[in-house]
Amino acid sequence: MKTPARHAPVTKMLTGIQGFDEITDGGLPRERTTLVMGGPGCGKTVFALQALVNGARQEHEAGLFVAFEESTNQIIANAATFGWDLPALAKKKLFLLDARLSPEIVKAGEFDLIGVLTLLQAKAEEIHAKRIVFDGIDVLLGLLEDPVAERREIYRIRDWLSQMGLTGILTLKAGPIDIEQRYGFLQFMVDCVVILRHQVVDGSAFRNLRVMKYRGSGFSGDEFPITLTAEGLRLTNRGPTDLQYEVTDERISSGLPRLDNMLGGGYYRGSNVLISGAPGTAKSTLSGLFAAAACQRGERTLYVSFDEGPAQIVRNLRSVGIRLAPHLKSGLLTMYSTRTRGPNVEDQFGELRAKVRGYSPRCLVMDPLSALSTKMAHLASADAAQQFLDFLKKEGVTVVNTSLMDGLTTDEATATGISTIADTWIHVSYVVQDGERNRALTIVKSRGTGHSNQVRELTLSSDGVTLTDVFVAQGKVLMGVARWEWEQEERAAKKRSQVATDLKRLQLRLAQAEAAARLQVVQTEMEARSAEILVLALATGSASKLRVTDRAVLRKMRHADEEVRVAKRTGAKGAAPANGDGGAH
Amino acid sequence: MATAAPTSMATLRATRAGLLLRLYIAGNAPNSLRAIANVKAICDEHFATRHELEIVDLLDHPGRALADGIIVTPTLLKLLPLPVQRLIGNLSDRRQVLVTLGST
Repeated sequence: MKTPARHAPVTKMLTGIQGFDEITDGGLPRERTTLVMGGPGCGKTVFALQALVNGARQEHEAGLFVAFEESTNQIIANAATFGWDLPALAKKKLFLLDARLSPEIVKAGEFDLIGVLTLLQAKAEEIHAKRIVFDGIDVLLGLLEDPVAERREIYRIRDWLSQMGLTGILTLKAGPIDIEQRYGFLQFMVDCVVILRHQVVDGSAFRNLRVMKYRGSGFSGDEFPITLTAEGLRLTNRGPTDLQYEVTDERISSGLPRLDNMLGGGYYRGSNVLISGAPGTAKSTLSGLFAAAACQRGERTLYVSFDEGPAQIVRNLRSVGIRLAPHLKSGLLTMYSTRTRGPNVEDQFGELRAKVRGYSPRCLVMDPLSALSTKMAHLASADAAQQFLDFLKKEGVTVVNTSLMDGLTTDEATATGISTIADTWIHVSYVVQDGERNRALTIVKSRGTGHSNQVRELTLSSDGVTLTDVFVAQGKVLMGVARWEWEQEERAAKKRSQVATDLKRLQLRLAQAEAAARLQVVQTEMEARSAEILVLALATGSASKLRVTDRAVLRKMRHADEEVRVAKRTGAKGAAPANGDGGAH
Repeated sequence: MATAAPTSMATLRATRAGLLLRLYIAGNAPNSLRAIANVKAICDEHFATRHELEIVDLLDHPGRALADGIIVTPTLLKLLPLPVQRLIGNLSDRRQVLVTLGST
């Protein structure tokens, strides 16, 4: 068997299929043959047709579509469901050939494809085609009934493509066993092999795509989930996605002022918020508050519910003082309720994406996202959720998701993986204590913002929703009646302490007064003593002076010395009672 | 070798003859050459003078493939007698060819 030497480096042809061009680093090999295999309903025809349509529309490359299995009318109708207007393209950029062999045809010996290739050559030259699809070559190969002939015709197509400078996509319908056995040889004959697979998990269909071979190029050989969206086939790429998006410092209210305070001003615009908690922990109420606040700011809001109808949500929220009805009427709020349809949530996210594109809300509520995520065990679903949230982020939509976390996986276990994507995660749990069940709200995390680490009690009443401080006493967090009792007790204790303080103050004032009084007494006493001292001083001072004066007078009067002696003698006799001092010199 | 479109003369003759055939071939591809040989042999043997055969080479007339809906080569069209029937292949399966052409 001949294998033409191919030394030229592989150049690539963009398919425009979201995700596929990334995993193949540029699309399909140009001027080479790609084989797309898979069971019925895998999306082979869509894949091939999409590459043609995108080529015509985006790359201005004309294309040929050779249909061996379906009529061209069927193909046109199918394409219309993806919004591809084939008749419009068919004027210049696209040629559809109905190459079905009628069932009445009689085979009488070996045949070849030279006829159709001749036809296609003429057509390709006419419209300057660059791409060509042979859709359903299994039908043709089946008629050949001979492996040697099959190989020969595939080679014929391949070499013809090469000569013509056309990039070819052959689609072939085959189950997994046939792909390996019956058509195993084909994989060696072409340059690129793409396998599509249809798989049913829990009653839901999943489609996957895998590049099995790509001659001359690197590629990701993993299996990737694919979705048929309203715009065509889309491949979910788990690889590094573009995480570029605008961020803003703008804060918007959660609808609950105290929660805004806890978050340092509210949610960031464009962030995504996860509210998790057990059933009945007011997750929907918090979502409703957010929606109502958004509408009050005049922002378009989309409320998506997966477990309740709009009327029921509106009624329930009204019971806690949240009024959505006026916003519904004004058109600011749109509510969309749907049931989850099994584990394949890709389609549903596609639907939501279309809704967001169509309505362009600034705020979005998804209640509960876990309805989608219960089967998030399947990687594709978690991917789909992540992709959707990334999409919302790029659109700048602020989104509040709720997530059910039951008792088993409670608290801060990341049941869904969504928690890692969430920018702000608020958890509401039940605290059962003293025969009561109360709601405790905490902020588990909040990216890019300081936030309170405190637990708050969330109370609901017909007046609305309030957050209250909780009390910690004797190592226990007090809520509900216990908190109320504690508050009462604390108030009484405060009163008691107030009175006691007042009493103490009085007592002290009394003591002070007593001391002051005592001080007065002592001072007065002091003054009295001073007076006494003075009196005494005065008294003794005058007496001695008199004596001295008197003696002097006497001496003067006696004029004599004898008197001194006499006086000495009398002094020796101790007759003088006082002041026999030296004062008499 | 007649490669032109069937003339009304040919149709008239075939009507008289009872069998009008048209064989689409692709140049001198092996299957095409074999088909020509086979169809001629069968006609000579079973239909003698009562047939008219037109051969269309698609390499010369690529437009005919599209116009006549020819996908594989060789393709033999039995235009008359009605109903129109279509045979594909190099016509080596002689029994199948005879059944289809209604030699009996």
